Amino acid sequence: MSIHSREAPLLEARGVTVRFGKVTALDGLDLIAPPGEVLAILGPNGAGKTTFVRTVATLLRPTSGELRVLGSDVVRHPVSVRRDIGLAGQFAAVEPTMTGRENLEMTARLFGHPGSAARRAASIVIEQLSLEEVADRRCGTYSGGQRRRLDLGASLVGAPRLLLLDEPTTGLDPTGRREVWDAVRALVGGGTDVLLTTHYLDEADELADHVVVIDHGRTIAAGTLSDIKASVGRDVIEVEVAEPSRLGEVGQILQSVTLNPPRVDQGSRHASAPTAGGAADLATVIRYLDEAAITVDEIGVRRPTLDEVFLTLTGDHADTPVPTADVQNGSPR
Amino acid sequence: MTMTTMTVRPTITRPSAPPGAARASFEVARRALRKYIRTPGLWAMGIVQSTLFLFSFRYVFGGAIHAGASGYVNYLVPAYVATIVLFTGGGIAVAVAEDRAGGFTDRLLSLPLPRYSIAVGRTLADSTTNAWSIMSTAAFGFLFGFRLGGTVLDGLAALGLCLVYGVALTTAFIVMGLFAPSGQAAQGMSMIAFVFAFISSAYVPASTMPGWLQPFAKYQPITPMVNAVRSLILGSSSDVALALAWSALFFVVFTPIAAVRYRRA
Repeated sequence: MSIHSREAPLLEARGVTVRFGKVTALDGLDLIAPPGEVLAILGPNGAGKTTFVRTVATLLRPTSGELRVLGSDVVRHPVSVRRDIGLAGQFAAVEPTMTGRENLEMTARLFGHPGSAARRAASIVIEQLSLEEVADRRCGTYSGGQRRRLDLGASLVGAPRLLLLDEPTTGLDPTGRREVWDAVRALVGGGTDVLLTTHYLDEADELADHVVVIDHGRTIAAGTLSDIKASVGRDVIEVEVAEPSRLGEVGQILQSVTLNPPRVDQGSRHASAPTAGGAADLATVIRYLDEAAITVDEIGVRRPTLDEVFLTLTGDHADTPVPTADVQNGSPR
Repeated sequence: MTMTTMTVRPTITRPSAPPGAARASFEVARRALRKYIRTPGLWAMGIVQSTLFLFSFRYVFGGAIHAGASGYVNYLVPAYVATIVLFTGGGIAVAVAEDRAGGFTDRLLSLPLPRYSIAVGRTLADSTTNAWSIMSTAAFGFLFGFRLGGTVLDGLAALGLCLVYGVALTTAFIVMGLFAPSGQAAQGMSMIAFVFAFISSAYVPASTMPGWLQPFAKYQPITPMVNAVRSLILGSSSDVALALAWSALFFVVFTPIAAVRYRRA
């Protein structure tokens, strides 16, 4: 399998700005990603994730700034960038009236493979992504997960050094997501570097070594996912009560146990509060709830959601962007 | 990653060079043609539309239109064959717009093919489907009673000219699709073609139109294009040069726009 001995960073973005008329989609984005890793770009809708991927894929030209992919400048050497990357966008860009195999062979030839090599590349990818059973069916008949896997496969037939996945599981059911995750993990195991965008924290959790959080077109945090979570907040105890009238009492109990101000939402009958004590605090909360004879529909400790991470990152640290060291200094693993 | 679970797999080697323009254009065209052939709705609709159209004009409106000495069917069919692309071209615009909206064009643009081959491939494919529309419509024309006024060779020359229009007009519809935000919008935009199809000498002599409409009807490109086909069928060649000039103009104007527009999907 391939050994990551390359010197050029996977990605090197310096002050990358992309404007569409008056709209600034990327606003001086900085990031350096070392080779040999899976990097997730995390951000809410409209943060600039897709714009960034499209800029890396040479579909958009940066208005200003510098962007290098494996050492090649996207503006000066776009063809060399295109030979190095495989793009799987938000839509499964496969032709539904063609079979999976036909789609792969077409893309392989468009990467530059001559006929027999294209057929061989298609066969390898079909096996790699476990698409043997459906390969010779028109992909209009595929399930959502199969179609995304095929799309992923189409980006692989040119043996790219960097795979770009823009929201690879958006719109898929849980089975489909699982299928795509397994496929991506297998690829990473085989030595392909991956840049993916997502607004699902768990997706980044499942797949990525490093995470860059962006908002309003700027990097607001970078590092490993646990670094970022640790930097923004602790676990959260969340309670759903049967009777909304008792939410106030639940809030008080949460406050008394966690010593943090609770968030109470009448509409969804939820109360939550950050906790440093984890499971021990949860046990205490349950005991108090029981003593107060409050009926609970659901209770648990969970990691902060992306929403909460964002609230913290964009709210508390908005004035002082906090890129942490790991990704920025480009140290190989 | 755990090394223990890895099996030795055949690996794909990187292609030694990006594809050439000819190969890339061919691949782009082949995919568009496959889609067309494998979507019966696309080509069957064309046939149904042609039949209905010829039927209506030949048997419903035709009796009330006085055009030419050799009967309305001989006036109608050459014009319809010459302008059939104005009616089927909406499909081209829709396909182009959907490729853009659905990510297929992005995929192509992320690959190392020469980018102008996307426009070239598209033009090749759509010119081929247009040739199919033109020839099948011509065949239907004979079924509806059209007869050549001159020699077979004259007829073939006229058909050849229609094929030239097919290529030229294709480029306009591709550009329309490239500027439409969605397939539906492209469908709407392509309605503009009906204006050119109907306010021309194609279905009724322009001289029967009100005075204020005549200048447009006479000088817009479709009128000389239709007249040229009619004249070739009769063994003469009036308006042919003008029609070819218009075709060349379409091609020269719209192909570069398409090539540039494809670049920034």
